[in-house]
Amino acid sequence: MYGSSTTVRPHCPARAGTVPLLLLGAGLLLFAVTLLDAAWRGDDAALASSRELVVTLGLTDLALFTEARYTRHLSQADRHTAFQDHPLALDHFPSGSLVPPPARLGQP
Amino acid sequence: MSHFIRRQRYLIDFTVASLARRKGKNLGLLGVYTLIVFLLASVMLFTQALRQEAGLLLQGAPEVVVQRMVAGRHDLIPADYLERMGRIRGVAARYGRLWGYFYDPAVQANYTLMVPRDRDIADGEIIVGHGIARTRGLGLGDFIAFRASSGTTFSFRVADVLAADAELVSADLILVNEADFRAFFGIADGLYTDLALEVRNPQEVRKVAEKLTVLLPDTRPILREEILRTYDALFQWRQGIVFVLLAGSLLAFVIFAWDKASGLSAEEKREIGILKAIGWETADVIRMKFWEGALVSLGAFLLGYLAAYVHVFFFDAALFAPVLKGWAVLYPQFSPQPYVDGLQVATLFFFTVFPYTVATVVPIWRAATTDPDAVMR
Repeated sequence: MYGSSTTVRPHCPARAGTVPLLLLGAGLLLFAVTLLDAAWRGDDAALASSRELVVTLGLTDLALFTEARYTRHLSQADRHTAFQDHPLALDHFPSGSLVPPPARLGQP
Repeated sequence: MSHFIRRQRYLIDFTVASLARRKGKNLGLLGVYTLIVFLLASVMLFTQALRQEAGLLLQGAPEVVVQRMVAGRHDLIPADYLERMGRIRGVAARYGRLWGYFYDPAVQANYTLMVPRDRDIADGEIIVGHGIARTRGLGLGDFIAFRASSGTTFSFRVADVLAADAELVSADLILVNEADFRAFFGIADGLYTDLALEVRNPQEVRKVAEKLTVLLPDTRPILREEILRTYDALFQWRQGIVFVLLAGSLLAFVIFAWDKASGLSAEEKREIGILKAIGWETADVIRMKFWEGALVSLGAFLLGYLAAYVHVFFFDAALFAPVLKGWAVLYPQFSPQPYVDGLQVATLFFFTVFPYTVATVVPIWRAATTDPDAVMR
């Protein structure tokens, strides 16, 4: 009885920082995954059919804003298209507020 | 080294336990912080992906488009301009393009009608973009009628539908043959919408454009590099506008975070006083508070960024669709290709994580360097 020794393990409560640190680690890992995902999925092959149409049809613009002609073909618009009714008519299409005039119109 | 790491671990444990004592307040802060990062990161990822996509796609646009201007407006260009411009060195091909808009009152949408150069379309037949097919419920062999400019009704048979994954450039496109196009819009033979030029050497494009403006003074050449620049500017502008709109909420958050981080409550001051009284060094107190700021801001950054990535690249930026659509009936359904610009993410990280961490540490340094007795009183 006296010869046997028993090890007493002190009660060790879970450390408060373990879970938040693990979560942060998981977040950093997922962050790295997004970079890999962008490199993996963001290849040009997915744009192949769009690119082919642009080349064969000679398209100049994206069909993002189809509501007005000067927002549909942004790069082809002239200075007056936004004011098509009369010179002082305010642009009334919502996209007009999101779309700047073509870059070349700002040149002297 | 292991001693240093163990020390930081204990400090982190203490910080987390301290944060947990004010759970509601800190979780609220984390939530608002995450939301702000989510909004900023969503705008950033979406505009960057669109910018990248526009750049890649429009690399295939014509090198030079020549428009005729009458009284400041785009007008039809006579075919003899092709002869008048003569032989310009470096121009590999030149041709007239026929395209125009048609407003369909049935669905209140604008279509772009175009004559393709690369394919033959039979009389009375059209090829439609996937966006139109979806909106009008069209399939192969279906008929659709449009009222032409002359008042007569034209009936077209849908011969084909363009690929669904090309909607970003073709959602509102209708391809018809030249005869049908001219009859439909009443455009006489010998007139085109504009002219397109292919230039062999990219270095010569500007020179070609200069020659054109001399030879044909009533025209305006639009270069491919200008098209690309327009789209580049568009997405920068849009990103800027959204950031300006967000500025109000951003400022509100800055005030909230600054108040939370820099204004020490009486309870926190007492805590620092007790820590110093039981033997903590000033450096330990600052390190503890640094970890508090770093854990909250890094956690909010990672959560916000990851949520934004999922929102933009897995849910096609569903929250932004109403802003982009405007009044457009035909809106392309497309999934932006994932693209992450390291510099932009680093900027976002710097402007979201760094200020909060600094705002947490500075007032603590002030409190921690004073006498514990004075702090506790």
